[in-house]
Amino acid sequence: MEHYVPILVYALVAISFPIIALLMAKVVRAGSPDPVKAEPYECGVKTNTVAFDTRFSIRYYLIAVLFVIFDVETIFLFPWAVSFDRLALFGFIEMMVFLAILLVGYVYAWRRGALEWA
Amino acid sequence: MDFLVSHFAEILFYILAALAVLGSVGVITLKNPVNAALSLLGTFFIVAVLFVLQHAEFLAAVQVMVYAGGIMVLFLFVIMLVSVKGLKTQAAFLSPLVPVAIIGAILVGALITSAVLLGVFATGDGGPEALQMVDGAVLGNTEAVGMVLYTKYLVPFEVVSVVLLVAMIGAIVFGRKDRFIEEQEGEVGS
Amino acid sequence: MPEPILQLLLIPLVKIVVLLVVVLLIVAYLTYAERKILGYMQVRLGPNRVGPKGWLQPVADGLKLLVKEDLVPGGAEKLVFIIAPAIVMVPALVMFAVIPFGEPFEVAGMTITPYLADINIALLFILGVSSVGVFGIMLGGWSSNNKFSLMGGLRSAAQMVSYEIPMGFAIISAVLMAGTLSMVGIVEAQRTAGWWFVFPGILGFGIYWICGIAETNRNPFDLPEAEAELVAGFHTEYSGMKFALFYLAEYANMMIVSAMAVVMFLGGWLPPFPNLLAGLWASPALAWIPGVIWFLAKMSFFLFCYIWFRGTFPRYRFDQLMAVGWKWLLPLSLANVMLVGLGVLLLKG
Repeated sequence: MEHYVPILVYALVAISFPIIALLMAKVVRAGSPDPVKAEPYECGVKTNTVAFDTRFSIRYYLIAVLFVIFDVETIFLFPWAVSFDRLALFGFIEMMVFLAILLVGYVYAWRRGALEWA
Repeated sequence: MDFLVSHFAEILFYILAALAVLGSVGVITLKNPVNAALSLLGTFFIVAVLFVLQHAEFLAAVQVMVYAGGIMVLFLFVIMLVSVKGLKTQAAFLSPLVPVAIIGAILVGALITSAVLLGVFATGDGGPEALQMVDGAVLGNTEAVGMVLYTKYLVPFEVVSVVLLVAMIGAIVFGRKDRFIEEQEGEVGS
Repeated sequence: MPEPILQLLLIPLVKIVVLLVVVLLIVAYLTYAERKILGYMQVRLGPNRVGPKGWLQPVADGLKLLVKEDLVPGGAEKLVFIIAPAIVMVPALVMFAVIPFGEPFEVAGMTITPYLADINIALLFILGVSSVGVFGIMLGGWSSNNKFSLMGGLRSAAQMVSYEIPMGFAIISAVLMAGTLSMVGIVEAQRTAGWWFVFPGILGFGIYWICGIAETNRNPFDLPEAEAELVAGFHTEYSGMKFALFYLAEYANMMIVSAMAVVMFLGGWLPPFPNLLAGLWASPALAWIPGVIWFLAKMSFFLFCYIWFRGTFPRYRFDQLMAVGWKWLLPLSLANVMLVGLGVLLLKG
């Protein structure tokens, strides 16, 4: 626990850094607001639509789902890797089974074109 | 000062617990979904620190990596996929208040019942017992989790991979559109 | 002053100040180095007007960004727009807490460790904290109410999550060899093993380094800010100090990726072949070199590579980028984990 106290203090300092920087800039920066300056940049053309309503590909979502699944898989690998010395061959086979099952999903994703982006 | 030093962990716990409650209240009350998501992100981190306070360092890391790092990306993509500006003007999200309240009450009831039945301070394998399993040596939390997970809880661990497989296949099936529709709609961002 | 107060409060506070100053100083001069090196690579001089040989350029840049007018585009989600740069900056700084810059040394009878904390989940700490930076980029792009920013933010998020997976697997191959998640422990394991983990883990090292470049959105993976198509990607609408925070965070993240590569694969603060050439390193001519110098020298090499790649490689196309991540690096890194696992099993079992 006592190892984490300096990290906590440091994290608080790190959080205050951007706050201080932004406040400092607020005090000294130049400012002459103008409605034209506040327009979103679109190559000099007047914007007709709001960017928030832009529809984009569902693939981004699919990538995020695949990421979460593989992220969980990674998390399972960490305790395995640190206790690998003690688990030895048994642990190795165990993890290979785990990875093999997920590999099925990976191959399925590939075959169904979930990894294609064109 | 002495009081502060000796009760440092408890004081920290209560501050963080209050912040966590505040954050989770923010998640359900903030009208802008992105602000709610940010509130959720903060709550995840505070809960991770609470895990560290309980010496569950590995769990804290899982909390940050999977929830703050993974699930949140998913949430944000969903928020961005739907038109947020339109959502904000609809007060619709408060209308199913009654069913939500009932479900919430049932969940809280289940939580309290299980806490009472199991004893509030029930220690399962997360306690010192887990560490003793590893030759009684003083090891890190991650090693202890590894030893317990990959020996005693071997079957649940392998079942997890099947669950993940199902999740993966499900996401792919749902995420795919017909090629025809895809060609009809001009997509941006691909 | 009683001893425990000194140990518990004063030393960590001094360390925090030193760490922040050093990190920000390196970041500032990294921007100078980048412009200078890129300049020479393109047969130009680079910045050479402010101060002797342009040495004061970072100071001038900082002052300029401080006093610049700060524009918030109309229709932007203002709160998120302001918070986003901080969400990128804070994790980039926090990660330095667990980077071991050198071995413990003695000052006035006290053992000082040149790192803030040695925790037994250091690697997971870094992985977890680093995964938060993606939200800042995503939200910064989204909240700008600018289509270029939105596309840049989305691309960046997809890219960063895609390359985080092979990166995690590459890190696991190093953990398998070291048997610990503590950064100090990993360096010590390389001392015990007698060689840097880059030699048995060359594949993992390569995958890690490629993913590290992609995670920091640098060439050839700098699609989120591909200026030819997206103007400036997610930070198109950012100006002044908010832009500066994005900019600083990018360089701080480059330092983290380099430092991680040094710790996991290049022996941290250890000299090359610490056991085999122990006699050489103990000789009077070389023994004075502190571990910190070794560490910083190795880190500088990676930082130079970053700039070198930027001066050399063309940019990937987005579909190529995703294909490299998901179809090449992911299966390769998974196979690497299996291979290294088998190797460790055969060697130790």
